[in-house]
Amino acid sequence: MSIVLVFLLVVALIAGWWLSRQGLTSKPWLETGEIRTTAGVGAAPAAKIGLGVFLAVVGGLFALFGSAVTMRMDYADWYQLRLPSVVWINTAILVLSSAVLQIAVSAARRGESALLLASVAAGGLSTLAFLVGQLLAWRWLVDSGQSLAAHPGASFFYVITGLHGLHILGGLVALARTGGRLRRGNDPRRARLGVELCAIYWHFLLIVWLGMLALLLGWASDLVALCRELL
Amino acid sequence: MANVSDRPDAGIPPAEVPDLPLPHPHTWWGRYVFSQDAKYIAIQYSGTAIAIGLVGLVLSWLMRLQLGFPGIFDFITPEAYYQFITMHGMIMVIYLLTAIFLGGFGNYLIPLMVGARDMVFPFVNMLSYWIYLLAVLVLVASFFVPGGPTGAGWTLYPPQAILSGTPGGQGAGIILMLVSLILFIIGFTMGGLNYVVTVLQARTRGMTLMRMPLTVWGIFTATVMALLAFPALFVACVMMLFDRLLGTSFFMPALVELGETLSYGGGSPIVFQHLFWFFGHPEVYIVALPAFGIVSDLISVHARKNIFGYRMMVWAIVIIGALSFIVWAHHMYVSGMHPYFGFFFATTTLIIAVPTAIKVYNWVLTLWKGDIHLTLPMLFAIAFIVTFANGGLTGLFLGNVVVDVPLSDTMFVVAHFHMVMGVAPILVIFGAIYHWYPKMTGRMLNEAMGQIHFWVTFIGAYAIFFPMHYVGLVGVPRRYPEIDASFITTPVAGLNAFISVAALVVGAAQVLFLFNLLWSLRAGRAAGPNPWRACSLEWQTPDTPPVHGNWGKDLPVVYRWAYDYSVPGAPEDFIAQNDPGPRIEKDVPL
Ligand code: HEM
Ligand SMILES: [Cu+2]
Repeated sequence: MSIVLVFLLVVALIAGWWLSRQGLTSKPWLETGEIRTTAGVGAAPAAKIGLGVFLAVVGGLFALFGSAVTMRMDYADWYQLRLPSVVWINTAILVLSSAVLQIAVSAARRGESALLLASVAAGGLSTLAFLVGQLLAWRWLVDSGQSLAAHPGASFFYVITGLHGLHILGGLVALARTGGRLRRGNDPRRARLGVELCAIYWHFLLIVWLGMLALLLGWASDLVALCRELL
Repeated sequence: MANVSDRPDAGIPPAEVPDLPLPHPHTWWGRYVFSQDAKYIAIQYSGTAIAIGLVGLVLSWLMRLQLGFPGIFDFITPEAYYQFITMHGMIMVIYLLTAIFLGGFGNYLIPLMVGARDMVFPFVNMLSYWIYLLAVLVLVASFFVPGGPTGAGWTLYPPQAILSGTPGGQGAGIILMLVSLILFIIGFTMGGLNYVVTVLQARTRGMTLMRMPLTVWGIFTATVMALLAFPALFVACVMMLFDRLLGTSFFMPALVELGETLSYGGGSPIVFQHLFWFFGHPEVYIVALPAFGIVSDLISVHARKNIFGYRMMVWAIVIIGALSFIVWAHHMYVSGMHPYFGFFFATTTLIIAVPTAIKVYNWVLTLWKGDIHLTLPMLFAIAFIVTFANGGLTGLFLGNVVVDVPLSDTMFVVAHFHMVMGVAPILVIFGAIYHWYPKMTGRMLNEAMGQIHFWVTFIGAYAIFFPMHYVGLVGVPRRYPEIDASFITTPVAGLNAFISVAALVVGAAQVLFLFNLLWSLRAGRAAGPNPWRACSLEWQTPDTPPVHGNWGKDLPVVYRWAYDYSVPGAPEDFIAQNDPGPRIEKDVPL
């Protein structure tokens, strides 16, 4: 369970840092009167804070899968998952779509609406390509004798990529709605916020994907072993 | 730091929180069925939770009938008994307590108490309820499938949970259970995002975190915990579903069943236990923290005294929330863990007792020399303190490995956890309903019926669970469907029968309570806007019951904390949070 504990520690540090600035040591029974400070986490829109909290939940979910993988790895029947090279292409595509959405964000900031629309569309299409690529990887796995129940490493790969894909699909729905709003152009502020939120979500899912890949390929445990060696 | 001005009437615009765009439904369906108003969703959540809770109650009757009068009820086969246990436990913990505290009270109280018009994402909030309802329906459906619901125990431990020896293991029972839990978690996450972000972003002007009522603190912290803990259950359910349906071996070791080798191999049930308890222990506090918060407010209001040690109460809530994530393995002392791990988890478990005990002392000190009004909410609050302290003490015993090993899986454990997380939170729910019903409906609940309900429930709960400790100490195991006279001595058999009768009586008292809820809707005494003369914002709404949008044209402005009771020199014995009050000379160290 060490992965999820580390994750929780990070969440706790962020929460603690935030709480420490909320005047938890004040004495409310003495302090009567008008308070001039704004409520809320700065001026961020609720949707952004909501996304942040949601990412903490999703991060916890995948950290727990990570912990399950590491615990299950210790049993005798574990052996190394073999992955097709298409997985690397997929990874590159996901990096690309993340980058494209970042371009969309800066285009939105500068008000270049043609570039904005184009990059949102490109982001969506490349993400679709990623999902198709993942399906190809599943096909390859089945063909190479690593079907779902063949060995635990493969089982985890299907479950984790499946859930990751579902999260991406959800993101695509949001992105499509943002794209529609951009095209109609009647609510530019909300559309801009939407682009920004999508970009954050994409970066996050990219990080999750890289982490899960490293774990399933055994790199993460190699890294831990290396650290142990050094210590 | 809070910036305090001496002139409360200084000309500052009423709200810095931007007003939320509220959806205004125009159809009957939009207003009463697919409502996006948190108050309405709260009532939907509570109604559904109480309905399914009644199923859980009836199941407990059936179990008690079997335990108290073995061999008389033919239809309670061992299989049926296991199914009753499992569904009872799961319904009570998740579909009743979690749903009613967070979905019910959270939805109703958070926006009102922090001075918001509604939750920040009303549509998602509505979805949350409908997914919860779907989860409940899937759960109920499992009673009607061939083979019946799962009988794996509420912990659903593999491998037995999905094998043919367990009721529902090879049928649809376990599948529906897992699907229902997954749905519940998805629905809860949607609601939970709302509760958290509303507290973070939609507090009205002047409502600093340290001016929030402890109810909000409790629900807020519990929601954060639930958002982080439920994913563990989610992961466990998904993986088990794969093991059951698609033949993976996440949790399933190599097995021979009825002479036949199963296709599973190499999996680890211990991984499931870690995941389950990583959720399961925080779950105890997800139920307890809202109860803590609510009880603090009930005591303060009905003792006309400010809560003792507000700051410490807040800190204790946060610390308990954080610590409860590193104690889960105390449920696994008997799973063969390394003794040093056992030592670590025993230590963290005992450390949690410190902030918890502080809270109990603070409640008692709030009562000390208070102007105690023995209203129904106050009675329930006091009953909670007693019950909780009682259950907490036996918890200290069980937190020690050497004590837990012999007592594990006896009725002693059943008595313990029913005291702390069964009876105690339920008492708070009752107290809270008696307290806030006037705000929700504009009418008081009938006092006479309430008194009968209280005394029967309180004394009855003790009649059930106090003797049960003894039954456990003499070694009667838990989860045994058939405990007849050949197995236990006559006095113990007599106790068992007594407990069962008490359980039936307590159950009947709940029917009176439900009747009271409906009867008072029409016939209750008119309550007025603030019958308890309470300070917190929900009692200061312009309309009772509050209308859509909660506040009139302007959001309220908060000038003080929620506990200004019996302030010397004040014209009344309470000063509302949004009351600028007389200008009081003070030198505040800032
Ligand atoms: C009138 C009230 C109640 C009665 C009479 C009652 C009775 C029982 C009985 C007889 C058992 C089975 C003991 C065994 O053979 O192992 C049980 C189990 C359980 N009850 Fe209750 N109960 C009540 C209320 C509650 C409440 C409010 C909760 C909420 C936390 C709760 C949670 C549980 C749990 C988690 C189990 C364990 C299920 C399992 O072993 O898998 N009960 N209860
Ligand atoms: Cu625990």
